[in-house]
Amino acid sequence: MADIKGTQLIHEYLRHNKKFPHVFCAGCGHGIVLGSLIRSIHGLGLAKDNVCIVAGIGCSGRLAAYVDFNTVHTTHGRALTFATGIKMAKPNMHVIVVMGDGDSMAIGGNHLIHAARRNIGVTALILNNNIYGMTGGQCSPTTPAGSYSMTTPMGQMEQSFDCVELCTAAGANYVARGSVFHVNKLDSMIMEGITNPGFGVVEILSPCFTQYGRKNKFKSPVDMYHALKSKVTPLERFNAIPEAERGERVPSGVFVKKDKPGLEEKFYEMAARCQGGE
Amino acid sequence: MSVKRKGQSKVTIFPDWCKGCGICAAFCPAKVMELNDQGKAVVIREEECINCGFCELHCPDFAIMVQPKVDDEIPAVCRALLKKASLPDAGKDEESIKEKG
Ligand SMILES: Cc1ncc(C[n+]2csc(CCOP(=O)(O)OP(=O)(O)O)c2C)c(N)n1
Ligand code: SF4
Ligand code: SF4
Ligand code: SF4
Repeated sequence: MADIKGTQLIHEYLRHNKKFPHVFCAGCGHGIVLGSLIRSIHGLGLAKDNVCIVAGIGCSGRLAAYVDFNTVHTTHGRALTFATGIKMAKPNMHVIVVMGDGDSMAIGGNHLIHAARRNIGVTALILNNNIYGMTGGQCSPTTPAGSYSMTTPMGQMEQSFDCVELCTAAGANYVARGSVFHVNKLDSMIMEGITNPGFGVVEILSPCFTQYGRKNKFKSPVDMYHALKSKVTPLERFNAIPEAERGERVPSGVFVKKDKPGLEEKFYEMAARCQGGE
Repeated sequence: MSVKRKGQSKVTIFPDWCKGCGICAAFCPAKVMELNDQGKAVVIREEECINCGFCELHCPDFAIMVQPKVDDEIPAVCRALLKKASLPDAGKDEESIKEKG
C-alpha cells in the first residue's frame, strides 16, 4: 500500500460490509474527519490491528462503524472511560477516542478533565460542531453565546467552553485545534497527537449545517466552509493581532506539547518495581 | 510528487456516493466541477484540473478520485466499494475481488 493516496487510500480502510455513502448529512465535517483520521493512521504506518477507535454517541460516534480497525461504540459521554480501560490493559495499542462536543464536554465533561489530569495515553478527537447534532440540535456547551439552536430560540445566553483552555487547564500533554477546511494541518495534528505520550486532544472544528448552520446565518454547507476558511487563524498570526482587532477569529495550531509519561507507563513501571521486590 | 500541470489528471465523481454538498465545486481553484440539476457534482472542465487535491481531501463522502490520465482504471478496492455506482466499468472485476475476500 506504499503509494496509494486520496480516495483509494480511504477505501482501503473502510469496512466493505457497511452501507455507503455513510449516514452523515451532505457537507457534514465529520466525513472529512473520517478521511483525515484514516490518512493519519496510514501516514504513521500503524497496523490496523494495533489501533482501537473508541467512539461515543452522536453523529460523531458513527465514525467508528465505518473503519476497519478494532472499534467500540460506547455509551454517551463514557468513551474515555472505556478507552482508559483498554489502554491500561493494552498499553501498546493506539487508542483513539472520537467524541462530539456534547459527548465530551457536557455529559462526559467530568471524564474529559480527569483523563487529562491522569494523562492517560489516549488521543481524543473532539469533533466540535457547536451543537448536539444527532438528537435534534439542542444547545451544547460550545454553542457560541448569542447563536440559535432548537433549545435557545431567542439566542444562547450562557458562556461557552473553550475546549483548548479546558483541556490545557486540566493537564493534557498535547492540545491542538484544527479544522476540516485546513485538512493537511489537521492530518499532522492527529499524527502528532497519536505519537505524543500521555493524553492528547485535538479539537476539530467540523460544521453541522443541518442542526446548527440552518438556524444561524448560513445559507448552505459551503457557507460554513467559507466561514471556517476566514475565521480559523494560525496561532502565531492570531497572537500577533491586537486583541481588539481579532473579531471572530479562532486560533488554530498546537497549544500544548509536553512529554510527561502517560498513566499506563507509570503503572507498568510501578508493577515492574513491585515484582522486582523493591 | 508529480508537477502540478493542467490537463494531466482524470477526475472521477461516483454519483451514488455524492450528496451534492457543493464543496468541491465551490472551492476547486480551476472550476472543474459544478452541480447538475439533480444536485450531483459533475466534471465539466477536466482539462483545467491542476491536481491540487483539494476536492479529494475535502469531499466528505469520498466520492471524488483524481488520478493520472494514463492510469484511468478504477482501483479494485474502489470498485469493490462502489459496486452499486453507475460507473461504466463498475463491478467489472467482481470475481477477483470476491476471491481476495
Ligand atoms: C445517557 C444518554 N443521554 C442522552 C442520550 C441522547 N443523545 C444521543 S447523541 C446526543 C448528543 C450528541 O451530540 P454531540 O456529542 O455534540 O455529537 P454530534 O451528534 O453533534 O456529533 C444525545 C444527547 C444518550 N444516547 N444517552
Ligand atoms: S446532523 Fe449535523 S453532525 Fe449530524 S450528520 Fe448531519 S450535519 Fe453532521
Ligand atoms: S464534495 Fe463530494 S459529496 Fe460534495 S458535491 Fe462534491 S462530490 Fe458531491
Ligand atoms: S484536484 Fe484541484 S483542480 Fe483538480 S478538480 Fe480537484 S480541486 Fe479542482
